[in-house]
Amino acid sequence: MMAQANVTTIARAPTDWSSPAMQGRIRRRYRSERLFKAAGLGAIGISMLFLALLLANMLLNGASGFRQTEVLVPITLDPGVLMLDRARITGPEAEQALAASNLDGMTAEAADAAFGKGGARLVSDGAWLRVRERLLADPAMLGRTASFWLPAATALDQAAKGKAGSHADPDVQAAYDRLKAAGKVRTSVNLGFLTGADSTDPVLVGIWGAFKGSLITMLVTLIISFPIGVLSALYLEEYAPRNRWTDLIEVSINNLAAVPSIIFGLLGLAVFLNFMNMPRSAPLVGGLTLALMTLPVIVIAGRNAIKAVPPSVRDAALGIGASPVQVVFHHVLPLALPGILTGTIVGMARALGETAPLLMIGMRAFIAAAPEGVSSPATVLPVQIFLWSDEVSRGFVEKTSAAIIVLLVFLLGMNGLAIYLRNRFERRW
Amino acid sequence: MSLFMIFLLLIGLGGIGWISARIRASAFAAPVAGTVGGRAHSRPAQHAWYVALWTAGPALAMLALWSCVQPTLVNADAIASLPAIERPASDVERQSLLAEVHALASGSIHAAFDPRADEALTGWRQAQTRWSLIALGVALAAAIAGGAWGFSRVRPDFRARNAVERVVMFALIGASLIAIITTFGIVASLLFESLRFFKTVSPLDFLFGLNWSPQTALRADQAGSSGAFGAVPLFWGTIFIGAIIAMVVAIPLGLMSAVYLTQYARPRTRRLLKPMLEILAGVPTVVYGYFAALTVAPAIRSFAVMVGIPGASSESALAAGAVMGVMIIPFVSSMADDSINAVPRAMRDGSLAMGATTSETIRHVLVPAALPGIVGGVLLAVSRAIGETMIVVMAAGLAAKLTANPFASVTTVTTQIVQILTGDQEFDSAKTLSAFALGLVLFAVTLVLNIVALRVVKKYREAYE
Repeated sequence: MMAQANVTTIARAPTDWSSPAMQGRIRRRYRSERLFKAAGLGAIGISMLFLALLLANMLLNGASGFRQTEVLVPITLDPGVLMLDRARITGPEAEQALAASNLDGMTAEAADAAFGKGGARLVSDGAWLRVRERLLADPAMLGRTASFWLPAATALDQAAKGKAGSHADPDVQAAYDRLKAAGKVRTSVNLGFLTGADSTDPVLVGIWGAFKGSLITMLVTLIISFPIGVLSALYLEEYAPRNRWTDLIEVSINNLAAVPSIIFGLLGLAVFLNFMNMPRSAPLVGGLTLALMTLPVIVIAGRNAIKAVPPSVRDAALGIGASPVQVVFHHVLPLALPGILTGTIVGMARALGETAPLLMIGMRAFIAAAPEGVSSPATVLPVQIFLWSDEVSRGFVEKTSAAIIVLLVFLLGMNGLAIYLRNRFERRW
Repeated sequence: MSLFMIFLLLIGLGGIGWISARIRASAFAAPVAGTVGGRAHSRPAQHAWYVALWTAGPALAMLALWSCVQPTLVNADAIASLPAIERPASDVERQSLLAEVHALASGSIHAAFDPRADEALTGWRQAQTRWSLIALGVALAAAIAGGAWGFSRVRPDFRARNAVERVVMFALIGASLIAIITTFGIVASLLFESLRFFKTVSPLDFLFGLNWSPQTALRADQAGSSGAFGAVPLFWGTIFIGAIIAMVVAIPLGLMSAVYLTQYARPRTRRLLKPMLEILAGVPTVVYGYFAALTVAPAIRSFAVMVGIPGASSESALAAGAVMGVMIIPFVSSMADDSINAVPRAMRDGSLAMGATTSETIRHVLVPAALPGIVGGVLLAVSRAIGETMIVVMAAGLAAKLTANPFASVTTVTTQIVQILTGDQEFDSAKTLSAFALGLVLFAVTLVLNIVALRVVKKYREAYE
């Protein structure tokens, strides 16, 4: 009875929701609701905007890196001046004979003759290499006058692409306009960029050397980290007894996954280079270092994939007499493999974009030829990007961005493959 | 014949062992009338693996040992092939001669400076051939002996499966130990080099000193020749960029993205936006660094000059920190996403049923409930940001200054490590070794951050399970 009385005494008039005060309050609450939602969308929008800005910036800067400007230069390949004859440039010693001849001087003189004084400055310093290639391919040209499309020097190249900007040299611009009117300049696809290696002249650089270095390094990484990672994941998930050692292994793997990549570089420098005396700048050392870095990623992804295989599969196999090793290698591993592969590709993509640990082990040398094997000096794509970004010449800006485009396309392909594998083969139980 | 060829040969022999053992085991594996499953204990493939392991295993182990020893033997023979009078007297001379011989042999140089190199090269080649032949003989003997022993045991009652499975288990355990070995290797190499550094520089000066200028002196009487190794400016720069500026960008944006994706976005939108957000995490850091240095930093500088902020530099803490923050957004977002999703649905539904709007539910119920998880995620993000290298190397600069001006240039621990270790290095100077001491500090700090963060996240998960 008392409680009843209390309730009645504290009862108050019901809230009048239609009063202006309450209506205003509701409006304010709804407005803050809308603002909050807009803030959430805005946060995603800012991230997307940044991504779009980044990609657009690279595309705009880099697209012209895949094209090159060429100028038409007539050159008389006088055998007397070159001190060459037909027999020497067809024989086995042709390379040496051409290297010893004065082809570069002749090319420069021809450019001077064609474009007037200072004409040689319009042609790239390495233009004679192209003359040499043509001559090697077709020795009959010796003694004749032929017209060559030679790569233009950086300043002319930039002027032709309209990128010279405020640094433009009026002489070069005038020369370009003159050549353009005479039809002696053209812009073509820069095949050399996709097939060449590093160079000091931005119009002659290529990406293939660094790309091949990346491929070899990734191969070493894959060969080492994939089997070890899979075996390690199998052991931890299927066989490991719960004891202190297993805990120690798990803690190590989880921590290694979060260790900054540069620390792996220090490890590679101290252990592989200084202690084991492995060669500097070699894809072998780079691959080993990146393998240690990728290993925890593969182990963690592998364990998740193995965990997802239902226990009934194991029980059924054990029930018909398979040994524990047969259960795992005949049944669990094949079922978990798509998940493991997805994790591996993601880990490899991360390793492919990694720069800092490779700088530590000396893969930043200037290397003008594609690497031959695992122990020859090499550089990799991200390091090449870093090296080019340090160059002062304006011509390197578009080359750096073009290299970034190549790297991003490759990474996109790898991640696309991972997503495809996951969608195509991953089973849900 | 090179060691690699011997390696391939041994693999081939293992294959032959595999096939022959399988043929022999198949002969007795066929089911016998009146019994269940035939007479044999193990399957033919298991016998085959047993023989293959015995053929290739011991021989490969010997080859691995041999490949460590052979260069020493060959070098000694090459030196011994020179007339006694011409043999190098000092150790340094010996090494430079051998280096030339190796370069000649691999074809990377065509002529040597040292006239003895050509002579030694002949001796080197002969020794190489001789020792390779010996290696081949030893490996073949081991392979044949092992194969014969294994093959002789291929009998119906032999338990090949148990033997093979024991080897498999050892391989599995060995693979798992690599992680421990790596951790040990990191700690050991960092500690070892750091201790050498701390012999010349006191740890207190390093950790609390305010002046960082590790230049090595060219002359003894040069000003500042001792080199100053006070790392506080580097620690401050690292914290300023990684833990303050980057987090000011990443926490609000990451958290709000997670809130929007989990609470507001329709499933289709979420499926579309989430991977796009994750692209940000997949872009290589060198690309961010290039973007920061080439586009963001000049823009920030001209803004600072326009507003009239003093000390604006073309390499600013703000450029590096802001770009790093954007890189971290997906990381913070996915950690916050997980924590918000882990909050029991009843709490959310209860709040909504009381009449709270969605945003009120998020601010007063979901985020407070998910806070430990979010804090854990932020700690992990900080640990990742302070270990990040390329963005700061390319955009933050090298000036070791104690400044709180975000438009000024500051330097970080990782920048200095790269700077110190990518030049010409002599491995006993304090400058080179200081990089390892910086690495040790970085490793210790990220380790503590990770352990704390994982513990916070784990405790929080347990609270709701």
